[in-house]
Amino acid sequence: MDGYINIKVRVWRQAGPKAQGHFETYELKNIFQGASFLEMIDILNEQLIAEHKAPIAFDHDCREGICGMCSMYVNGHPHGPDSAITTCQLHMRKFHDGETITVEPWRSRAFPVIKDLMVDRLAYDKIMQAGGFVSVNTGGVPDANAIPIPKPKADEAMDAASCIGCGACAAACKNGSAMLFVAAKVSQLALLPQGKIEAKQRAKNMLAKMDELGFGNCTNTGACAAECPKQVSLAHIARLNREFLAAKFSD
Amino acid sequence: MAIKDEIKKVVKKAADKIDEAVEQAAKEANVITPKMAKIPEGPLEKKWTNYKDHQKLVNPANKRRLDIIVVGTGLAGASAAATLAELGFNVLNFCIQDSPRRAHSIAAQGGINAAKNYQNDGDSVYRLYYDTIKGGDYRAREANVYRLAEVSNNIIDQCVAQGVPFAREYGGLLDNRSFGGAQVSRTFYAKGQTGQQLLLGAYSALSRQIGKGKVKMYNRHEMLDIVMIKDENGEERARGIIARNLVTGRIERFFGHAVVVASGGYGNTFFLSTNAMASNGSAAMQMYRHGAYFANPCYAQIHPTCIPKHGDFQSKLTLMSESLRNDGRIWVPKKLEDAKRLQAGEIKGRDIPEEDRDYYLERRYPAFGNLVPRDVASRAAKERCDKGYGVNNTGLAVFLDFSDAIQRLGKDVVAQKYGNLFQMYEKIVDENPYENPMMIFPAIHYTMGGIWVDYELQTSVKGLFCIGEANFSDHGANRLGASALMQGLADGYFVLPYTIQNYLSDQIGVPRMSTDLPEFAEAEKRVQEKIDRLMKIQGKRSVDSIHKELGLIMWDFVGMGRTAESLKTAIEKIDAIKKEFWTNVYIPGEAASLNNELEKALRLADFIEIGRLMAIDALNREESCGGHFREEYQTEEGEALRQDDKFSYVACWKYTGEDSEPELIKEPLDYEFTERKTRNYKA
Repeated sequence: MDGYINIKVRVWRQAGPKAQGHFETYELKNIFQGASFLEMIDILNEQLIAEHKAPIAFDHDCREGICGMCSMYVNGHPHGPDSAITTCQLHMRKFHDGETITVEPWRSRAFPVIKDLMVDRLAYDKIMQAGGFVSVNTGGVPDANAIPIPKPKADEAMDAASCIGCGACAAACKNGSAMLFVAAKVSQLALLPQGKIEAKQRAKNMLAKMDELGFGNCTNTGACAAECPKQVSLAHIARLNREFLAAKFSD
Repeated sequence: MAIKDEIKKVVKKAADKIDEAVEQAAKEANVITPKMAKIPEGPLEKKWTNYKDHQKLVNPANKRRLDIIVVGTGLAGASAAATLAELGFNVLNFCIQDSPRRAHSIAAQGGINAAKNYQNDGDSVYRLYYDTIKGGDYRAREANVYRLAEVSNNIIDQCVAQGVPFAREYGGLLDNRSFGGAQVSRTFYAKGQTGQQLLLGAYSALSRQIGKGKVKMYNRHEMLDIVMIKDENGEERARGIIARNLVTGRIERFFGHAVVVASGGYGNTFFLSTNAMASNGSAAMQMYRHGAYFANPCYAQIHPTCIPKHGDFQSKLTLMSESLRNDGRIWVPKKLEDAKRLQAGEIKGRDIPEEDRDYYLERRYPAFGNLVPRDVASRAAKERCDKGYGVNNTGLAVFLDFSDAIQRLGKDVVAQKYGNLFQMYEKIVDENPYENPMMIFPAIHYTMGGIWVDYELQTSVKGLFCIGEANFSDHGANRLGASALMQGLADGYFVLPYTIQNYLSDQIGVPRMSTDLPEFAEAEKRVQEKIDRLMKIQGKRSVDSIHKELGLIMWDFVGMGRTAESLKTAIEKIDAIKKEFWTNVYIPGEAASLNNELEKALRLADFIEIGRLMAIDALNREESCGGHFREEYQTEEGEALRQDDKFSYVACWKYTGEDSEPELIKEPLDYEFTERKTRNYKA
């Protein structure tokens, strides 16, 4: 049964992109364990506002694990100690009375801090703009059932497509690589006949953009997949590598 | 012959004069005629084709010279921005999140409807049209709904071409499921993440255009006003927006030959809803203050299957997809003493034997059973809980049970169909829904009301368009499941990119305007003054504390069951909240920097006005229809009782000033092609 706990929260505070950051510790009493982690931050912010202190800036929106906006490093893990969830789906029942919880922003070269726990993930949009699409305009496309797609392939494409673009993979990676993010999109579209046509070019363009934006390279440590809230599999990185190599050979 | 021609001429002249007189009289009587709403002539199934055949277009060379502002990047906004850019227009696209991919369309779970009839179960464009009109309780425009059903099939084709991984059968063809209010399987889906996949499809099309430089994307920007500029005839036209850069706090100016708003619904007026935290109605209120009518604000959808509220600190409610009602059965105990023991936590749902369970939807509505439309299912849950049969500690929950489905199909099949939803439920509630029935309760989910638009999706302000959930157009008084995604994408991919050209075709001579014009400066000044006024209050209460208070009033007095008395109480209480807000809110920090509390305060100022407008509209509408239930107007069996002779109209509210009451303008809904019936889901 969910009870009430007293906790300390050690939060990274940073006034702006160029400001020096530091940890600040806050005490919170009687937090219901049925509350979500972000609701706990809400309560903390209400407390700070009541004391006329600056509330903690953090990204969040849908609060049901799908928009990919929340981006906290909790006790050393992107999206916290539970598996297969985003921070907004983390609940206080995962913490015990008297615990000190450390909260940090994503720490990755390609995601500069904007303020406190908020980072700039524009780099992911730019990678998508480099090739994360099928080049079709609206209208003039064939009937949806014109090309049958084997169910296992469609299902695997769906698994890859479930990426929410939160950035946990790059934040978890010691090289700061965005390989899992890129692989999810390349793999999804390469698995489907509609995306197959541009598969090689897409792999090349998206990887080139990833390198250009300051993400590191992949050394197969697997931290990305372990921390991915949507459990996107490492197998997609293998498929990306195949597409990339094939592209290089055909050059 | 000559005489005949002469007579024809005279008759035509006279007929035109009568038409003119009718339009003039209608205008004076505050009535909107089909002509003013630009509904095309001809039979229902020919209207959209007729329109497209005769509308004006803009040629490719001229498209390059026109700038279009699109506010919002949800299904409607992203699909419109991408398609307009593909056509050759220059698009400026705005979103409040850090990326266009985060718009709240992403959270839609269950699916998208289309009249493909792939299942050979008797579906057709007409049937989809009819179900939608009926589902909306005959309070939507026939021509719009028919067009929606018509283009629904193109949407599925388009999404598949983009690489949207819809669910498929083993033979490789697309799979379908059923949703509420339909007797066919016409819903396409991608696991329980259909909204996400459709939005990512639109986002990929948008990303392609951003990469090409045809769309200029402004992330973390919030529109705060619309800039109106008079043309050579003295008529005001929307020519730009004022937006706040949410990172720097700077107020910025943007010009466009036309402005398209796709800012979603205003469900967060209730504080607790299934909407995202930043979803808001401020863009709608900015349009309203510039003369765009706010239509049917009281039509809000209360979704029957949400996870019940668990505490005062709660920030939002989580939806459990309607698709669950395909296989889940809704029930409460038959015996009050069982309900009491559930409420006390002494027993669990699985402890109650089959014969003591009341599957009240199957009992009351044998023909549709658990798949009745949302408004009906929500009210039925409220009815049981009001009578004391609620199943959790607050008494505000009913069971959604999968034990039958698990027995029939096996746990694996159920997991494959609904696994991610079950996981989501377990993470939030800490209980395994495979073993014990889920608990659910209705919550605010969607707003059918919104800014009034004509058939071209243009508001009553020239050059200002409104698409997606933000407009009022297609769902009447109640939206069917899996139809929001359909409408958002229909508007953005297949309707607006056509209709906006009919407006822009005579704007090709209008040069790009400088944002240094006095109209831009004045609009910016108005925004700055409002912000300064808010920052200066320095009262004692946080924005959220006031918003929560507003939400409770909305839920208690403008919620699932409304009465004249409750609505009058609501208006009084909302006025008091408005006063409290403008004298006692506290916003920390500075305006010219990242300031989340200021963002929330600006939105709350508008939610207060929307809440009031909803109450006024609900008070005016003395009937029950769809999501709007006035307790004074119900049948003996407790079903909604419409008053077609008095309220078969769209209630359009016109802004008349900060401290004066809005003016009511009516668009009569004459059902020319469809016979209106009392909705019956029983037989």
